[in-house]
Amino acid sequence: MKVLVPVKRVLDYNVKARVKSDNSGVDLANVKMSMNPFDEISVEQAVKMKESGAASEAVVVSIGPAKAQETIRTGLAMGMDRGIHVTTDEDLEPLAIAKILKAICDEESPELVILGKQAIDNDYGATGGMLAALMDWPIGSAANSMELAGSDLTVVKEVDGGLQTVKLQTPAIVTTDLRLNEPRYASLPNIMKAKKKPIDAKTPADYGVDTKPRLKTLKVTEPEARKAGIKVEDAAQLVDKLKNEAGVI
Amino acid sequence: MAILVVAEHDNSDLKDATHKTVTAAAKMGGDVDVLIAGKGVKDVMAQAAKIDGVRHVLGVDHASLERQLAEAMEAVIVPLMSEYDAVLAPDTTTHKNYMPRVAAKLDVQQISSVTGVESADTFVRPIYAGNAMATVQSTDAKKVVTVRTTAFAAAGEGGSAGDKMLADPAGPFKSEYVGEELSKSDRPELTAAKIVISGGRGMGSGENFKLIEGIADKLGAAMGASRAAVDAGFVPNDWQVGQTGKAVAPALYIAVGISGAIQHLAGMKDSKVIAAINKDEDAPIFQVADYGLVADLFKALPEFEAELEKAGY
Repeated sequence: MKVLVPVKRVLDYNVKARVKSDNSGVDLANVKMSMNPFDEISVEQAVKMKESGAASEAVVVSIGPAKAQETIRTGLAMGMDRGIHVTTDEDLEPLAIAKILKAICDEESPELVILGKQAIDNDYGATGGMLAALMDWPIGSAANSMELAGSDLTVVKEVDGGLQTVKLQTPAIVTTDLRLNEPRYASLPNIMKAKKKPIDAKTPADYGVDTKPRLKTLKVTEPEARKAGIKVEDAAQLVDKLKNEAGVI
Repeated sequence: MAILVVAEHDNSDLKDATHKTVTAAAKMGGDVDVLIAGKGVKDVMAQAAKIDGVRHVLGVDHASLERQLAEAMEAVIVPLMSEYDAVLAPDTTTHKNYMPRVAAKLDVQQISSVTGVESADTFVRPIYAGNAMATVQSTDAKKVVTVRTTAFAAAGEGGSAGDKMLADPAGPFKSEYVGEELSKSDRPELTAAKIVISGGRGMGSGENFKLIEGIADKLGAAMGASRAAVDAGFVPNDWQVGQTGKAVAPALYIAVGISGAIQHLAGMKDSKVIAAINKDEDAPIFQVADYGLVADLFKALPEFEAELEKAGY
């Protein structure tokens, strides 16, 4: 089966986001950018499926600025076969991304699309569900594990309170959660090899998709800060404060 | 304007998250109806009818809705939306699963996990793990919104809304429920608990979580964890508090052996009182804690439990 993995270039998860002084957004100038951590898990899953023979081809897609090519190369170095780079300098919303991905799915006919459950920049958590709707495919969200048997895909999902198992008819969409796997580091030889793997260059216009934003960002502000309280001497004082001062126990 | 709120329930009990979502909907202004989609929903509908400010309670009762899977929920909600200007649901895993689907079918950009409602079309939502708050205005004709329920007070009870049953969703669907494995616990649910005690990487092992178990029992607290503790395999993922886990806002949050990474703070900083136990006095958790105890948790936790015992807990 052919597997498609969309990936996003985001502010590295170890870097603290700083709000711009004019409150127009988050400052992304000269900061470290990386592949969205959930997308790394998606790539790892696709590469594992290739290694086990479950997947015949694994394609990595990124929709973003010129530098998103580095993110695609990261996926190729991890073991994906080829890339598609839809270049845009606009910060597209999940709906527009899902529409472009639908057009790519119509062209590529994958039987499985694996996406991260959310991107850690905008935190919408919407692209996978939207793509499933546009394709009229079933979805297994927040996958903890997955297993393919013929054309049936069994997905164990992380839900509030534990785990839930669903069976999907492929073609299907899976979104990934933290415990699905541990993404590999690309080895130096694989990084060198990845440089030779093909990347198709596209634009949103190639797919005839209207990417006009639906949400207007009026302002972006710092969250309200909490003030640090006091240090207590020992456990006895902690119990006393919680009971008699704060009245919460 | 008419607003549809999708209820959080387990086919027998209506959950508090519904009342909080009704509060968010009321802030948009207009008539609020509550949808109970499930199997055997009569009791839950009766509970929802009592929520203050609710106009109608709508029920759909069908086997395909027992687990509220994405395709069936889409089949119920999308046709209903010809009569509504907005649909709101709590941002729990059940609703996160199908709301983007509803949004795409309506050709609408979903507004996820809102913590503030400014008007019928303008919302505040955390981005970058809560390191920034974005105020966004939707230009879509209909609004599809998920609600970070910890940011809203629960609507009261005392109402008596009328109810109405809807037609069954049209199948067949390409996904089916196989089974579930829910953590069995006598403790309160993490997102609903008045007191939460969480352990981090500093706990050292899953076995050591026993040290906070006794305290949780004494206080009637729910147990949680940081992502680091989940990543290390100490505890299950559904204990996770933070950007990639659950958002909680209890009256008291006790963080043990948790350094206070941004991603964790995003999930608990709305707690009324925060207490932290950590041996590193420079740990960022102390910058948000009302009460900080700089101590080795392996010594401090047994002492804390003993002191609670002495105080009659």
